[in-house]
Amino acid sequence: MSAVIRATGLQKSYGGNRVVDGLDLSINRGECFGLLGPNGAGKTTTLRMLLGLIAPDAGTAMLLDLPVPQAAREARIRVGVVPQMDNLDPDFTVAENLLVYGRYFGMQDSEIEARIPSLLEFASLTSKRDAKVPTLSGGMKRRLTLARALVNDPDVIFLDEPTTGLDPQARHLIWQRLRELTQQGKTLLLTTHFMDEAERLCHRLGVMDNGKLISQGTPRELIEQNIEPQVVEVFGETSGHWVNEHAAKFAQRFEVSGESVFCYVQNAQPLVAHLQAQSELRYLHRPANLEDVFLKLTGREMRD
Amino acid sequence: MSTQYFALPRLSLRFFPIWRRHWLVWKKIAAPSILGHLADPVIYMLGLGYGLGSLLPEMGGMSYMAFLAAGTVCYSTMNSASFEALYSGFARMHEQRTWEAILNTPVSLDDVVLSEILWAATKSLMSGTAVLAVIWILGLSNSLMSLWMIPLALLIGLAFAAIGLIMTALAPAYDFFMYYFTLVITPMMLLCGVFFPVTQLPESMQIVASGLPLTHAIDLARPLMNGAVPPQALLHIGVLLAYALIAFYVSLVLFRRRLSR
Repeated sequence: MSAVIRATGLQKSYGGNRVVDGLDLSINRGECFGLLGPNGAGKTTTLRMLLGLIAPDAGTAMLLDLPVPQAAREARIRVGVVPQMDNLDPDFTVAENLLVYGRYFGMQDSEIEARIPSLLEFASLTSKRDAKVPTLSGGMKRRLTLARALVNDPDVIFLDEPTTGLDPQARHLIWQRLRELTQQGKTLLLTTHFMDEAERLCHRLGVMDNGKLISQGTPRELIEQNIEPQVVEVFGETSGHWVNEHAAKFAQRFEVSGESVFCYVQNAQPLVAHLQAQSELRYLHRPANLEDVFLKLTGREMRD
Repeated sequence: MSTQYFALPRLSLRFFPIWRRHWLVWKKIAAPSILGHLADPVIYMLGLGYGLGSLLPEMGGMSYMAFLAAGTVCYSTMNSASFEALYSGFARMHEQRTWEAILNTPVSLDDVVLSEILWAATKSLMSGTAVLAVIWILGLSNSLMSLWMIPLALLIGLAFAAIGLIMTALAPAYDFFMYYFTLVITPMMLLCGVFFPVTQLPESMQIVASGLPLTHAIDLARPLMNGAVPPQALLHIGVLLAYALIAFYVSLVLFRRRLSR
């Protein structure tokens, strides 16, 4: 398989602070790759370097077999971008936003006009064709931004937190559309904070922290490689006491967060049997998921 | 500062779709915009022209109203380019993130900044021509030479758009622009010969005025409005062009630095 996005030893510092620190990344054609990481991990800076919007201090990046930022303009002709914050033109209607944006790619008006109906249909915005942007809901704006990113029929689509701030209905619709795009063979690179989003959409994931890619693989691989298969969450006012007395007996590894204890185990049966006898404690037994991996790799402390 | 910020501008026709975007926005608000461009300068011109003009026998060898007419075209042209480059430009760069959207396409920052300058100059061209039309209708200028005011409005617009964009590149927020209008635009309006000849000023202030772009604009405009070829026309055109080109380059360097984060 050929890599459409390739980065080697990418590095970027702002004012002595190394935001991206020796990043190697390779994303294949047709793949949906998710970049996970806490705020300030360097995800957006990485995207901006891969798009050729900023120059790395060291390392090289290739986008669609073209070196960026040197040939970024040529590369971006075949790239679509959904930015983190909406930057639609508020003075324009839905259709005008698509028309004006297509012109930036050097497309003829007739060519863009011919694409608009299918773009609107894809974004479920056909009835909103002549609505002004400020009258749209957050989910509609997001879908219009996605449609706008597709105006040039790109091979690669960059999405920076595509569903942040959306309600569950709006989020599911976006997910469905992104899955359709991967089925069409498009390559997607997205950043997200949402583990369910990453797990559902992405073929492969990379976890970033402090500017480094600290783990990558399929969602299943990440879970298998990084964490015990079973999790038992224990909560209740006496959980603090319980941790000191019992946790180490049952769990290979456990973490305390407030009044909750997260126990990571190979076999949960002895622990569950024990907890059933503790009337003052409540517990939840579940398989390990990506969020557990994420918290293990990047820690539980706040980042802002 | 990194050396890549100082590269010479790489210009292309890709600015044109951006210019068309601004034009499409403007068309939606054309009526209030034209009124805004016209009302303020025309009221100044008529108020001062009739009010003060009746007390003054003549100024610079012409009626005071005719004297004001040339200055009014120039300062309204200066103002419209400045407002566009500062307030509207800042909105597009910062608040609406229009630039960010455009820069994700195969368009470069150099194209974006060029489109801002050309668009602000277009606004100057429109407001200068609108004021000129009022002057013609009022019969304050009836020389064909005054048609040269139209390309001059574009040149003045280019110079003030480029200078204004330097401020936009440096501005943390809209408040910042008050410094520019209070310390640069208003003094120019009062020192550069809009309301009275620069020669009325003390020598030291005349020296200052002689370096300011609006002085050169008015030195070109006033003879043209009266059907004469401006003395030292090439010098004045050269100064305005130099302001436009140097300020364009400086603003581009500053924008490159600002947007490299």
